[in-house]
Amino acid sequence: MNGGLKTTGVIFRKEFLDTIRDRRALASMILVPLIVIPLIIVGFGGLSFVVMERAESRQLTVMVLQAEEDPALVETLAGNPNLRVVEADADYADLISSRRVNAAVALPENFRQEVERGKVPRIVIHTYEGELSSSLAAQAVEEVLRGHLREIQRERLAGAGLAPEFLTPFTLARQNVAPPERVGGNLLGGVLPYLLVILCLTGAVYPAMDLTAGEKERGTIETLLTSPAPRSCIVYGKFLVVFCFSILTALLALGTLGASLWAGTTLLRAQADFGELSLAVSPSAVASVFLLLVPVAVLFSALLLAISLFARSYKEAQTYISPLMIVAMLPALVAAMPGVELTPVLALVPVLNVSLVGKEILTGLFPWGPILFVFFSTCLYAAAALWGAVCLFNREDVLFRAS
Amino acid sequence: MIEARELSKSFRVKGGQRLRAVEGVTFTCRPGEIFGLLGINGAGKTTTLRMLATLLTPTGGEGRICGFDIGREPEEVRRRIGFLSTATALYGRLTGLEVVNYFGRLHGMTEEKLAARREELFTALGIHEFQDRRCDQCSTGMKQRISIARSLIHDPEVMIFDEPTLGLDVLAARQITRFIRDCRERGKTVLFSTHVMSEVAKLCDRVAIIHRGAVRDAGGVGELAERHGVDDMEEIFVRAVGETANVVSVASGEDVS
Ligand SMILES: Nc1ncnc2c1ncn2[C@@H]1O[C@H](COP(=O)(O)OP(=O)(O)OP(=O)(O)O)[C@@H](O)[C@H]1O
Ligand SMILES: [Mg+2]
Repeated sequence: MNGGLKTTGVIFRKEFLDTIRDRRALASMILVPLIVIPLIIVGFGGLSFVVMERAESRQLTVMVLQAEEDPALVETLAGNPNLRVVEADADYADLISSRRVNAAVALPENFRQEVERGKVPRIVIHTYEGELSSSLAAQAVEEVLRGHLREIQRERLAGAGLAPEFLTPFTLARQNVAPPERVGGNLLGGVLPYLLVILCLTGAVYPAMDLTAGEKERGTIETLLTSPAPRSCIVYGKFLVVFCFSILTALLALGTLGASLWAGTTLLRAQADFGELSLAVSPSAVASVFLLLVPVAVLFSALLLAISLFARSYKEAQTYISPLMIVAMLPALVAAMPGVELTPVLALVPVLNVSLVGKEILTGLFPWGPILFVFFSTCLYAAAALWGAVCLFNREDVLFRAS
Repeated sequence: MIEARELSKSFRVKGGQRLRAVEGVTFTCRPGEIFGLLGINGAGKTTTLRMLATLLTPTGGEGRICGFDIGREPEEVRRRIGFLSTATALYGRLTGLEVVNYFGRLHGMTEEKLAARREELFTALGIHEFQDRRCDQCSTGMKQRISIARSLIHDPEVMIFDEPTLGLDVLAARQITRFIRDCRERGKTVLFSTHVMSEVAKLCDRVAIIHRGAVRDAGGVGELAERHGVDDMEEIFVRAVGETANVVSVASGEDVS
């Protein structure tokens, strides 16, 4: 047993050194989290910020149909600094569709007379559903029109000798009582476990292929097998390296994620009143999620090791691993969607269960029963995968597959 | 001491058929002796040596290395052999020194013993000057010398070399054959395979001519020459194998079974 541990250590050290010297493996471990994540966070966040700002600051083009019905109202619309009123055109629908006009306001015939006679005419705003500028234009138009509506209401109430409060029996307000972590957790909670699961996987893929299929391709596996090292020790040593890379990738990603989020929020706060929205998550929650991730990394490492051990070459390993990537990413993605909650059945699905529990933890909840259940079930899956890898490594038809 | 008794190996190949790569190979190789396994491509040399090195499990017969059964005590067997074949490549991203140290540690050697033995081998094989170069930047000859040091770092009693001079130039090949002879002087058991007839005549005490997975003739080099009435090893081989036409058909990769 003692000798076995020592041999495993010797193999681990050598395989680690070997992998560290491989530029491609390093790239998959470091480049992805170090460059891609800040790029996604800052790039995406910054981009949406810029798009919003631009859309808000730009003058929106609005067309008024039958403007002659209420020139005063059109005047008020044109007075709004965000709106630019253009000449009416019968082709307004085409113009909106081709985004040359953001919205069109159609005043009905005899609008003013009907209002005066109390006939409740209807103003229709034509928009391009789902388009940001169009909905912003419609919003601005609606605001102006509502102001006009309230103005008439006030006049009528005054005419009838009633106070403006007559039609306002009470008011409504919403108040957020969730702690800042929960608000941040809700935003991050869905995405963070997903991201970490994916990175655990991507960090393990390259070393797993390199230490098995790669060794076969380079012909070093036979050299290793002639040594007296027990086959199980060889698998454990290799597995530990893959596992290390998996965890290191996730850790590195967590670090860069934290750093870029911090940078991003301070940047945004400096630019606008962003104070309300905090992205803070408690460090203990992140640590717990990370702890849950350990058996996931074990599972991925063992699984990838077994699969690529079976392959004769990198190419073959890649063909086997690509579907696994999708199979593993799908549950993580499902868990990232809002509204998917942990149920007893889902708690049995590997990867998905961890992502779901991680989501709960990051929103400030610690459901201990499910957490332990998910932890141990994942450990069980991981042990099975590792056992499978050892079994495969004892089969000569797998090690010496005729090419 | 290497004992092979009725060793056989058949592989499952496409279409559910079985390819009998080795059929009932029997020979004994004693300490202080160089035993040659002579055969053409596909004769079954590598398969036989792999079985003795416990890399493959025989489908029939048995083998013993220093008294340990290859099937029942594979780890004890591996402890006692140095195995080198055309398929035992070196780790390209490690230096020669690192590779040799790695295998010494895998054999459970203490650091002092490892350093002493490494010095001895590196000096004998002239590895010092390129010991810190990554293996993928070494020439074929350098790699082969490192491979030999790698396979002998634990000072094994039995050496199994599969075509050790393949792809080497005259001088490099001579250095290797000289080294193999030195091992014999020190009382090691040396089993090696080759398809180079002249090498057998120069190096071996005894030979087994293997063809289509079976031993066609075996004995001392002089003994074989006497039996077949010719001196030339190539001629001995052709007579032992018998059918010249079949030699050609097997060499060109046609069905053996
Ligand atoms: N893993 C394997 N699976 C299927 N067939 C194999 C396997 N290994 C070897 N063979 C077959 O067994 C036969 C003997 O092969 P072997 O490698 O032992 O020959 P050899 O004498 O070493 O030849 P060479 O001089 O070319 O190295 C060949 O027909 C080969 O195709
Ligand atoms: Mg061979």
